[in-house]
Amino acid sequence: MTSYALFLGCTIPARQSNYELSSRKALAKLGIELVDLANMTCCAPPPVQSIDLETSLAVAAYNICLAEEADLNLITLCSGCFESLSIANATLKADEQLKAKINRILSEAGKEFLGSKEVKHLLQVLVDDVGLERLKQRVSKPLSNLKVAAFYGCHVLRPSELLKFDDPERPSILENLIETLGAKSVEYRNKLKCCGGLLRGFSDDLALDLAREKLANTTKAGADCIATLCPFCFVALDLGQLQIKSKLNETFDMPVFHYSELLSLALGIDPKELALEAHKVKTDKIISKIS
Amino acid sequence: MEHVIEEKATSLTFSDVVKGRLGGKTMTLCYQCGTCASSCPVAKITPRFNPREIIKLSLLGEKDEVISGDAIWLCCSCYNCQERCPQKVEIADVIYALRNIALKEGYIPNIYSEFASALLNDGRIVKVSRFVENKRPTIGLPPLQPTGVDALRKILSATGFDKLQQKKEGVS
Repeated sequence: MTSYALFLGCTIPARQSNYELSSRKALAKLGIELVDLANMTCCAPPPVQSIDLETSLAVAAYNICLAEEADLNLITLCSGCFESLSIANATLKADEQLKAKINRILSEAGKEFLGSKEVKHLLQVLVDDVGLERLKQRVSKPLSNLKVAAFYGCHVLRPSELLKFDDPERPSILENLIETLGAKSVEYRNKLKCCGGLLRGFSDDLALDLAREKLANTTKAGADCIATLCPFCFVALDLGQLQIKSKLNETFDMPVFHYSELLSLALGIDPKELALEAHKVKTDKIISKIS
Repeated sequence: MEHVIEEKATSLTFSDVVKGRLGGKTMTLCYQCGTCASSCPVAKITPRFNPREIIKLSLLGEKDEVISGDAIWLCCSCYNCQERCPQKVEIADVIYALRNIALKEGYIPNIYSEFASALLNDGRIVKVSRFVENKRPTIGLPPLQPTGVDALRKILSATGFDKLQQKKEGVS
């Protein structure tokens, strides 16, 4: 059995039990063991990087140290966590001087970053450790009638030099994973453009403009739902629809799913076990379409 | 790379200061082609943000205009510009470096100061409420592990992050 230290982050345990639950259930079914380590913290994502880059590197490295001590690679569900941890991991592995500096900081907390472990996003684990062929064989309820708009967001793809997730301009991991479940992946305009999630709370008008464009383009392409892999994209597009309705008087009614939720449904997990009530835009029409 | 440069030598230009910080070292490679601005999703919908303009002003030494304005906080950190820059300017990282300088000088948007306080208090930038934590076993989730907030505070103290907070609170 392949085991990973689960890096849960902040937003998922605080607000998106649907993402955590579906990921845990699907991975357990696929033979991937998740280990919950004590003493992890925030990953130090863009808001912390904005305050102090050196702090963000040290905090990310501290969390990687915990996985190193447990002799486990890390898996993240959140793209933000994936990005912060991967950037720190790749940067410190490549820069001895900076690594020494960060290790002087970490020594205050009794830690030393070695650079001996990998950080992977859930989708990479599905592709690398399970494999598309094996995954296809495990699908018991193919999502045959479903047209899904793949949405990567930004922080798994870029900066590609450090993240090495997929081709940053023409990625295909998510589309392949969607089609493996029997669904159809639909193309739409400006697919790789940002959801605006990180502008929420500072400039809500611009954030909603960006989310609105995404919803308009996926609707026009005839998608039944959007598949995301990031809790910030999920909030921007799901909760964002309620805000767009009240502020811009525009209704989309576009269900947004984490890929892990679609995966769980295709693996035959009962929708009632997936905490789908966490969705602001109702998912009922999709559930009835696939059952 | 060394943070101390700006404190020791006040005669350094603003470009030198940015260049000396984490994230800022590639700024001076910019030749103002505008690939960043044409790749930027925010610049497409508002004239209030233009990455090429921010770099130009920084290179020209317009420190006050850059760090006291809203523009640097309107970057959505999508890294499109950085991915496509023909000069390999790490534009999104340069903007982080500029935000780091702005913050050191007391300019911090409220939302960022909330994130910073949450990090210092709980070890997470988004707090998990008692209600949500108690609900976990009822929906089949394992209990949450404790955060390493004590270790984290030692790290935040070693980098001066906790003092940045005090400085900010003194200003506002």
